[in-house]
Amino acid sequence: MFRSLFALLRRDLTLALRRPQDALTVVGFFVVVVALFPLGIGPDPEFLRSLAPGVLWVAALLAVMLSLERLFSDDYRDGTLEQMLLVPEPLGLLVLTKTFAHWLITGLPLVLISPLLAVQLNLRADEIVMLMLALLLGTPILSLIGSIGAALTLGLRGGGVLIALLILPLYAPPLILGAGAVDAVMHGASAQAHLSLLGAMMVFALFATPWATAAAVRIMLD
Amino acid sequence: MSERSIQWFRFTAPANFYDLAGRLVPWFAALTVALFAAGLYLGLVVAPPDYQQGDSYRIMYIHVPTAWMGMFLYVLMAIYAAIGLIWRIKMAEIMAKAIAPTGALMTFFALWTGALWGRPTWGVFWVWDARLTSMLILLFLYLGYMALHAAIDDRQRASNASAVLAMVGVVNVPIIYFSVQWWNTLHQGASITVTDAPTMATIMFVTLLIMTLAAWMYSIAVVLARARIEVLERERKASWVKERLEAET
Amino acid sequence: MTFESSGLADRKLRAVDLAAERGERRLFEHLHFSLSPGQLLQVSGRNGSGKTSLLRILSGLSRASEGDVFWGEERIQSIDGGTGSCLGYLGHHNALKEDLTAEENILIAVRLGGGSPDRDAALSMLERLGLAGYEDLPTRFLSQGQKRRVALARLLLQRRPLMILDEPYAALDVQVIDVLRSSIEGHLAQRGMIVITTHQAVDIDGDCHSLHLG
Repeated sequence: MFRSLFALLRRDLTLALRRPQDALTVVGFFVVVVALFPLGIGPDPEFLRSLAPGVLWVAALLAVMLSLERLFSDDYRDGTLEQMLLVPEPLGLLVLTKTFAHWLITGLPLVLISPLLAVQLNLRADEIVMLMLALLLGTPILSLIGSIGAALTLGLRGGGVLIALLILPLYAPPLILGAGAVDAVMHGASAQAHLSLLGAMMVFALFATPWATAAAVRIMLD
Repeated sequence: MSERSIQWFRFTAPANFYDLAGRLVPWFAALTVALFAAGLYLGLVVAPPDYQQGDSYRIMYIHVPTAWMGMFLYVLMAIYAAIGLIWRIKMAEIMAKAIAPTGALMTFFALWTGALWGRPTWGVFWVWDARLTSMLILLFLYLGYMALHAAIDDRQRASNASAVLAMVGVVNVPIIYFSVQWWNTLHQGASITVTDAPTMATIMFVTLLIMTLAAWMYSIAVVLARARIEVLERERKASWVKERLEAET
Repeated sequence: MTFESSGLADRKLRAVDLAAERGERRLFEHLHFSLSPGQLLQVSGRNGSGKTSLLRILSGLSRASEGDVFWGEERIQSIDGGTGSCLGYLGHHNALKEDLTAEENILIAVRLGGGSPDRDAALSMLERLGLAGYEDLPTRFLSQGQKRRVALARLLLQRRPLMILDEPYAALDVQVIDVLRSSIEGHLAQRGMIVITTHQAVDIDGDCHSLHLG
């Protein structure tokens, strides 16, 4: 079983490496959105600092959402997704593997680049550490929930915009917890509760969302 | 036992539903009007002004019932959607689809009245109060459901896909609600929550109850009427539709 | 090798009272048939008569609006290890990743199916289908017919007892059609089963049956 899941993971990573621009576009989007914020609200360092957790989280969330359309659509178009339904493994696990690959390609780079942007917004070292930690726990949730939306919009006209409408409301809890964690550190409070809840949410999403996504894939390919 | 399952089957058969709903809708509509008139009279004339908020609190009589209906209908919609998806019962799919616009309307009214209420209470139309924020997200969930349903051409696939979305949504509603609640307390939200009527006199409570019933009756009437139309559309090739339509014209 | 060794021997494929709809339209109903090991079923019918829908239902990809498909005594959707353990399906799509080479595409598919990849077998199959020298090219550089051949090579290497082929001859050269026909005959001789749709007349040596839709 792990052999075929590993084969799928390797396939998706190989494909991403052969077309690195897809992953880089997402990171580029993240950087540009964050860079535009000061232009909209002014350069006052203290003010930017106080807005930074929210800005960084919303930008990361939009970047992940933007990348979601590609999660299944390539495989849908060339028929490999159809063949995946015939693979003698539970579809939920295959979908989870693909989502994990997607997170490695898009979510993880966001986590890694975030300190750079955080410095631009005048966050201090301990806040940056918390930001990375929160993003590390939070971006998988975004990818997992997003996979449901990606599956539900397979083959639809204007799928990208529809994903936003379907998925963004569901992103409220991780956004509140993730940005809240950084905010807590900024105000000298403990972010323990935020991180625990974020972790719990990730575990829940890890077990629950693949089945919903698998059901959605089956329905859209029926 | 077997007799009962036959009964159930009869009710879920589209033709029987169409006839039964056709007979019920006028009654529910009449009840809506009567209860609404009574509730408005009690709420606007009989009930005393609130000692703290004056007359502005009266908007509660619309705000609270619509907010309750908005939340309840989402759960109901998800239950019907799940039944339709799992047991492939067409009537359940139709009910889920028919509930969505009414639920969205109720949620929208709750938000609108909440904003109107906010003006005299806080001096602004919108406050990021926990309940208003959760209601706003609920409205987005409704809109997503309807948008997905509309985006898929194949009727069966549309029902199934939006059913998955409704089920995912209903699992998320409590999570969203509690996280918003938590976010609000952390950020020192408004000191008066919109739905807290400071002291609830009996007459206020009775009025609220009547208005809630009116919202119920309205929802039932409208959902049944909408479901009837959907049944006609889906079954337009069936012989019973032809019979009914010829009889009506 | 015959399929007896894989424990899937002598399972029949049975369709019981199948009906399918597309949109609001009934494509077919009350469809019964049964296919035994070593038999081929050719599905024919005009465009839009539901050939592809039937094949997708048989492979468990789509749900029939009525009726069931059985593999032995099990319903096709609830087979232990998934439908993919008993059947291979080639639809309209070739299911190739354009950025991967023909060889990579095949080896990954075999690994995904739980098999151990055999590079030599893959290369000789590609050679048999006239693709020698094209193994190392990303498949986006191949022609339609060549891509179809890669997809066929993948299917043949999967060695499932039941092969479901939707228009396998489309875009193929005459020579390749001959290779495919002998592969099909070999598959039947090993007590495999085949369901196929095609516009061309199939001239296959074996226990062939036909089903006309519409």
